[in-house]
Amino acid sequence: MDIFNIALKATFIDNMVFAYFLGMCSFLAVSKKVSTAFGLGMAVIFVLTITVPVNWLLQEYVLKEGALAWLGADFATVDLTFLQFIMFIAVIASMVQLVEMVIEKFSPALYGSLGIFLPLIAVNCAILGASLFMVQRDYTIGQATAYGFGSGIGWFLAIIALAAIREKLKYSSVPDGLKGLGITMLITGLMGLAFKSFIGIAL
Amino acid sequence: MSTETAEVKEEVKKSSEALFSKRRKRIVSDPLNEDNPITVQVLGICSALAITIKMEPTLVMSIAVIAVIVFSNLIISLIRGLIPGRVRIIVQLAIIATLVTLVSEVLKAYYFDMYKVLGAFVGLIITNCIVMGRLEAFAMANKPYDSILDGLGSGFGYAWIILVVAFFRELFGSGSIMNFKVFEAIGWESFPTNGLMVDSIGAFMVLGILIWVQRSRTGYVEH
Repeated sequence: MDIFNIALKATFIDNMVFAYFLGMCSFLAVSKKVSTAFGLGMAVIFVLTITVPVNWLLQEYVLKEGALAWLGADFATVDLTFLQFIMFIAVIASMVQLVEMVIEKFSPALYGSLGIFLPLIAVNCAILGASLFMVQRDYTIGQATAYGFGSGIGWFLAIIALAAIREKLKYSSVPDGLKGLGITMLITGLMGLAFKSFIGIAL
Repeated sequence: MSTETAEVKEEVKKSSEALFSKRRKRIVSDPLNEDNPITVQVLGICSALAITIKMEPTLVMSIAVIAVIVFSNLIISLIRGLIPGRVRIIVQLAIIATLVTLVSEVLKAYYFDMYKVLGAFVGLIITNCIVMGRLEAFAMANKPYDSILDGLGSGFGYAWIILVVAFFRELFGSGSIMNFKVFEAIGWESFPTNGLMVDSIGAFMVLGILIWVQRSRTGYVEH
């Protein structure tokens, strides 16, 4: 139940986009059409669900103070926390590369639709952000996986909703200076207001 | 060793152009206004919104980002001839991550309170698209000195926008500027602070309106 709660909380209440502003760059840049937004959203769910538990293992057994105790008593006091950023980003970049190769091999159709978005994901702050938050909150591995998955779903829902609104927005007359990014920011603000209603839910 | 020799060669070639030629001034001034990284190029939005609740952390964040952009631009520009095209993203990420680790350790050592306030967002400078974007678009193809100027321009272009956003969010959200209670100072103690401004929604709204104002002034229209 605990795991389910964490996933639900990450999806709606602590939504990556509306509560923490993570992954905004691609959220704004790739939300012009629902079909492409769908592809990117799926890729983000996929990569988040894999990288958060992998980074958890890395943090728990390599980086944390005393994490290297399994190597022997000499290593029991080693603290490699300062390597966290480099290790996490390396895991993310290589995971993205790996996922790309696996998809290319086994499902060319999916690769065709996701292809161009996969490299973009390596620099999506939602992915790195989820790993860093996971460390801050002291999750167990089950909770970390649920958190990664839930965050992915939340990001996916947000980008799909925004893309749908932007498709309709083409038919309205927006003031010149507000076209594009400006109106998108205001819409995102209003969507965030709607997502605020989930705060009242007690889990 | 090889990077040093590359630098020397650049120095020799560069000497034909004035230190602050017109072209170089444009490299710095363009990102401040017409080609602003946030309002025009739509880069680096995440941190622009997340840490702008108060002006103080925003100031620290701006300095951190400027430092990372300038130094990563410089380093990549110095070794640009040595990076194989296929692995350049990894190389860039490794350099950015190293610089961000440095910044984060400095913050941890000297401004621990600020480090706690910024939290995970210091680490997220790594994925700040402005840094990566400048490396890809500029430093990979330009000389070190120009790259430093470009980094400064983009860094300050980012900094002034987030400082303006933070100014309005802190003023209306907490009734203060740089933690100085403005409304109490002028005797208007019943000033109603707006909770939405402290919240994420306020950030979206303030930035949206700022983009509108800025684009109306420069006449930039997105189609």
